[in-house]
Amino acid sequence: MQSPNPAPSRHPALVPLLLLGLVLVTLASFGLGPVALGPERIVAALFGYGGGGEDRVARAILFDLRLPRTVIGLMVGAMLGLSGAVLQGYLRNPLAEPSVLGASNASALGAVIALYFGISEWSPVMLPILSILMGLVAIGLLFALAGRSESPLSLILAGIAVSTLAGAGISLALNLSPNPFAAMEIMSWLLGSIENRTIDHVWIALPCIVVGAALLLAHPRALDALSLGEDGARSLGVDLRRTRRRLMLGVAIGVGGAVAVSGAIGFVGLIVPHLVRPMTDRSPSALLLPSMLGGAVLLTGADILVRLIPSDAELKLGVVTAFLGVPVFLFHLLRERRLW
Amino acid sequence: MVTIAIENLEVRLARREVLRQVTATLRPGELVGVIGPNGAGKSTLVRAMLGFVPASGGHVTIDGNALTGLQPHDLARKVAYLPQGQTLHWPLTVERLVALGRLPHLGPMSRISEADRLAVQEAMARADVTGLAARVATELSGGERARAMLARALAVGAPALVVDEPLASLDPGHQLDVMDLLAREAHDGKLVVAVLHDLTMAARYCDRLLLVDDGKLVADGAPRDVLTAERLRAVYGVTSHVDMAGPLPFVVPLERAKG
Repeated sequence: MQSPNPAPSRHPALVPLLLLGLVLVTLASFGLGPVALGPERIVAALFGYGGGGEDRVARAILFDLRLPRTVIGLMVGAMLGLSGAVLQGYLRNPLAEPSVLGASNASALGAVIALYFGISEWSPVMLPILSILMGLVAIGLLFALAGRSESPLSLILAGIAVSTLAGAGISLALNLSPNPFAAMEIMSWLLGSIENRTIDHVWIALPCIVVGAALLLAHPRALDALSLGEDGARSLGVDLRRTRRRLMLGVAIGVGGAVAVSGAIGFVGLIVPHLVRPMTDRSPSALLLPSMLGGAVLLTGADILVRLIPSDAELKLGVVTAFLGVPVFLFHLLRERRLW
Repeated sequence: MVTIAIENLEVRLARREVLRQVTATLRPGELVGVIGPNGAGKSTLVRAMLGFVPASGGHVTIDGNALTGLQPHDLARKVAYLPQGQTLHWPLTVERLVALGRLPHLGPMSRISEADRLAVQEAMARADVTGLAARVATELSGGERARAMLARALAVGAPALVVDEPLASLDPGHQLDVMDLLAREAHDGKLVVAVLHDLTMAARYCDRLLLVDDGKLVADGAPRDVLTAERLRAVYGVTSHVDMAGPLPFVVPLERAKG
């Protein structure tokens, strides 16, 4: 009997193609926007020569606007893609994404608190800091709720409880907001955007994302072992409790840092692992690097769309990723069903 | 060579006593069958032997070392375990699945070595799944998948092997193959512990049987001593035809015992 589909194996061109995509979206993100910069102007501005003297406009656009925006797009996308891949593997659930554990919602609540009480006006770093703190509080609550149980279901249920609580807090802030402008500000932050970010934002998010990603990438094989269930993984020497602690902290710190500068951006963590999985051998560890790269490419690409689509009010990144995410996800769902 | 010593082991799960006062020493070179009715505590016994369920009393030692003091990694290299139920969450190929058995031998970042690859090939050959290597394990029939899972446990290459219901969903031919394989592993010097439901297979292949009933070890010894018609009636509630005298012993349950 012949297998209905070819044996899944890692496509040799997957990572090189994603790297190429990464270079292309980075260059496009430097060049495209309300003011298009040609390659010569970018090179001249980057290295400070040519173009008949200082091209101040190009330098300002590039360094003050597009560079931080691009770097944030790449790292937030990478973090969301990676944590989606890790959580799908860890929870053995193809619908898992960073928000299932409540970390993204709680981080968003932290930011909303900063906006609501005007704490964000003290200093531009207050909002991200509060957001990261709330992400950590959420993970603490998650551990308390999930207790000693190691089943993914209890963790998902605890995550839903934390996430719902944070969501209720956000709704409360919107409900009680003193004036429509405050509500608008909160709403527009919740839609997710990486517009008008400065290099300060990069320095806030970068350490969190580096630490979070390092925690998530530390033992990829534990995720593979979990394909055999908890007992199977344990019998292969995986310390389930330690693995859980490491992954939850990684998600809280990394996604907390990402949400702190970008707002809540959905769907990236959900769809990127699905996009790359058919080109791997389907084992969770094989998804991590491609999902990181794919997330960076997807988010930065979506951000370029935000800049190019003409609209009166500014289009938010989270809205674009949601619109991009739905068809991609439906397509995969249909393909999956036809295979059965 | 691994010896597992169980002493006065007690396990409580959700306030229910699942194992009471179980004592047994399992030595290398033995094929030990764990038998008993559904819900008697067979799976809990083998899981407790590996430390997967906490003991509420007594203890388990592996080669004289307390189970609780062993690093998960070291334990994984000493005792391979095949859980019940053939759980596989992602559509991996059989070869990729069997290679998971090499995880206890790999460092966190090291690549799979030639020796690992050989162990995988050999394990697939022994479990008769070499021809399925490129197939997706989740698309196989139950019996084929059971053999692929067994190959995964064999690939660990541990001196002790604990298998929970390895014969579930196998056809008679493959049941005999798997029992032959387990017996060979044991006679090569390994300790093999198998949770079994088929009493004829248990009688024919096992060197020793542990009969568990209601959390207690009610009999421990050679199959001919453990499997008597009276005991089967008391434990399983069935009358049976037992023939342990011939070269191929068999146990045939006849009907529910009355009263």
